[in-house]
Amino acid sequence: MISRIASGVRTMPLSGQIGFGLVVFWLLAAVFGPVVAPYSVGAFVDDEVFAGLSASFPLGTDYLGRDVLSRVLWGARYTVFIALAAAMLAVFIGTSFALLASLRGGWTDELISRAMDTLISIPSKIFALVLVAAFGSSLGLLLVITAITYVPGNFRIARALAMNLVALDFVQVARARGEGPVHLATREILPNMIHPLLADMGLRFVFIVLLLSGLSFLGLGVQPPHADLGSLVRENLTGLTEGALAIIVPAIAIATLTVGANLLIDALQKGGRS
Amino acid sequence: MAAQGSSGVKNIAKIVAKRVVSAFITLFLVSAVIFTISGLLPGDAAQELLGQSATQEQVEALREEMGLNRPALVRYGDWLTAIVKGDPGYSYVANMPVSQIISTRLPNTLLLAALATLVSVPLALLIGITAAIRRGTTVDRSLNILTLSLVAMPEFLIATLFVLAFSVKLLWLPSIALVSPEATWSETMRSIALPVLSLAVVVVAQMARMTRAAVADQLDRPYVEMARLKGVPFPRIVLQHVMPNAVGPVINAMALSLSYLMGGAIIVETIFNYPGLASLMVNAVTSRDMALLQSCAMIFCAAYLAMMLVADIVAILANPRLRA
Repeated sequence: MISRIASGVRTMPLSGQIGFGLVVFWLLAAVFGPVVAPYSVGAFVDDEVFAGLSASFPLGTDYLGRDVLSRVLWGARYTVFIALAAAMLAVFIGTSFALLASLRGGWTDELISRAMDTLISIPSKIFALVLVAAFGSSLGLLLVITAITYVPGNFRIARALAMNLVALDFVQVARARGEGPVHLATREILPNMIHPLLADMGLRFVFIVLLLSGLSFLGLGVQPPHADLGSLVRENLTGLTEGALAIIVPAIAIATLTVGANLLIDALQKGGRS
Repeated sequence: MAAQGSSGVKNIAKIVAKRVVSAFITLFLVSAVIFTISGLLPGDAAQELLGQSATQEQVEALREEMGLNRPALVRYGDWLTAIVKGDPGYSYVANMPVSQIISTRLPNTLLLAALATLVSVPLALLIGITAAIRRGTTVDRSLNILTLSLVAMPEFLIATLFVLAFSVKLLWLPSIALVSPEATWSETMRSIALPVLSLAVVVVAQMARMTRAAVADQLDRPYVEMARLKGVPFPRIVLQHVMPNAVGPVINAMALSLSYLMGGAIIVETIFNYPGLASLMVNAVTSRDMALLQSCAMIFCAAYLAMMLVADIVAILANPRLRA
């Protein structure tokens, strides 16, 4: 497994390798970051607010004199874990509906597709704002809201993939054999669409990171005392006029995560095509 | 185009009419979704407005006035007919008609979106066409990585970097976009320069990528190879053969990627304190002003659907098979 990944990464273009490095870095930061963080996340450690680089505060301090490095490492955990879970949930729900629609066909497919077409006609940020206004924004709700927002997009891709497979001989044969819909979906269809599906999950992850940090930036996402990377940008916004590190570091953290994931997915898709 | 038969025109008109009807049906369904979600957990809007100290009678009276005692389906029907008539209701949070709140904000957002479009379209055309005709070269690959990175960049990072560069370091432009009716044209331009630039960068990446794909697709066609074999110089192939054929797909790509304006405007208006419709909607979420929120959401969805429809119609008109 590890050797396969290593050889895959080696044959990638440079941009893909950079993307791979960034994604691995942020995954490690999300898992181990809080363990290696030099200070506790809420501790007021310095009298100086918006301090610059120093030996004791490698990335400066924030608007309350807290250590930026420690807060970014904690924030990365919120951002990465919520977005990862939400991306999986979105793909699970979207693909389940897609399998149902493609196996049943007929009016079941009509109905589900029409509903998804309606949802996809609502811009994702607008949809998420309406959901947050109606239900609120606890961590669990944010996970579900960001997932639901990207279900229709995944459904479209998964339905197109599944529809092509359903028409193929081996699925027809299994059907004639009398296999049930669960067998058809999980044994015959799903294994043959897993790669494009994983690429789509990667893209949903990027979208969800951007949506989640966007909501937090607006003050409508992760609420204090919790803080994801978007919240960190928001709470330090007063430092913008002096160009504080406390606002630039979390913003760049988000960008390196999403840009890295995008470069990696691009390289993987191009590699898969040739 | 010139040899278009009347049956072809009728054919196109029929397809276009079908798309328009379908767009209106979608908008109708979207309105049902938005109304359902925003009315699903009302807590109790009347109770919330009056606070804990209100008596039962006061709450009951306000519920009656707001029409909360009627069945949901009746309320939806009333709301929808009122919106179609152009009266989106009354905001009990702001204590004024929703139409009055929106009418001061909408022109600002339209101005922002129009200027961002004006900046981003030529830029995207330049990047997209350059990348397409230099396919596979270092230029193409660097542009690919640049646009791929910009697509994944959070809007507030782009806006923050612009503020740092132009208002903190260079002191050229203000970081807060105050727009007043008394301001002169040049003052207004100066104060919305940064929001416009930020928003343009947000949409330009996606637009350039789709433009490149559309032009590259034409370059793969046999007629390009034919022209090359005939010895037509490459710049002329691009200008006289490829571009006329790529116009449809390119406009389609532009309309599709302009839909990114909506999401971008929400962040950009907030970061610059720009008094537009998107920041109004964010405020409506914070103050749980559902009447205002529903109207803002409907305007954005209608604009989004309109752009999708334009993209669709352009694609239909550009398809020569439908003109036969």
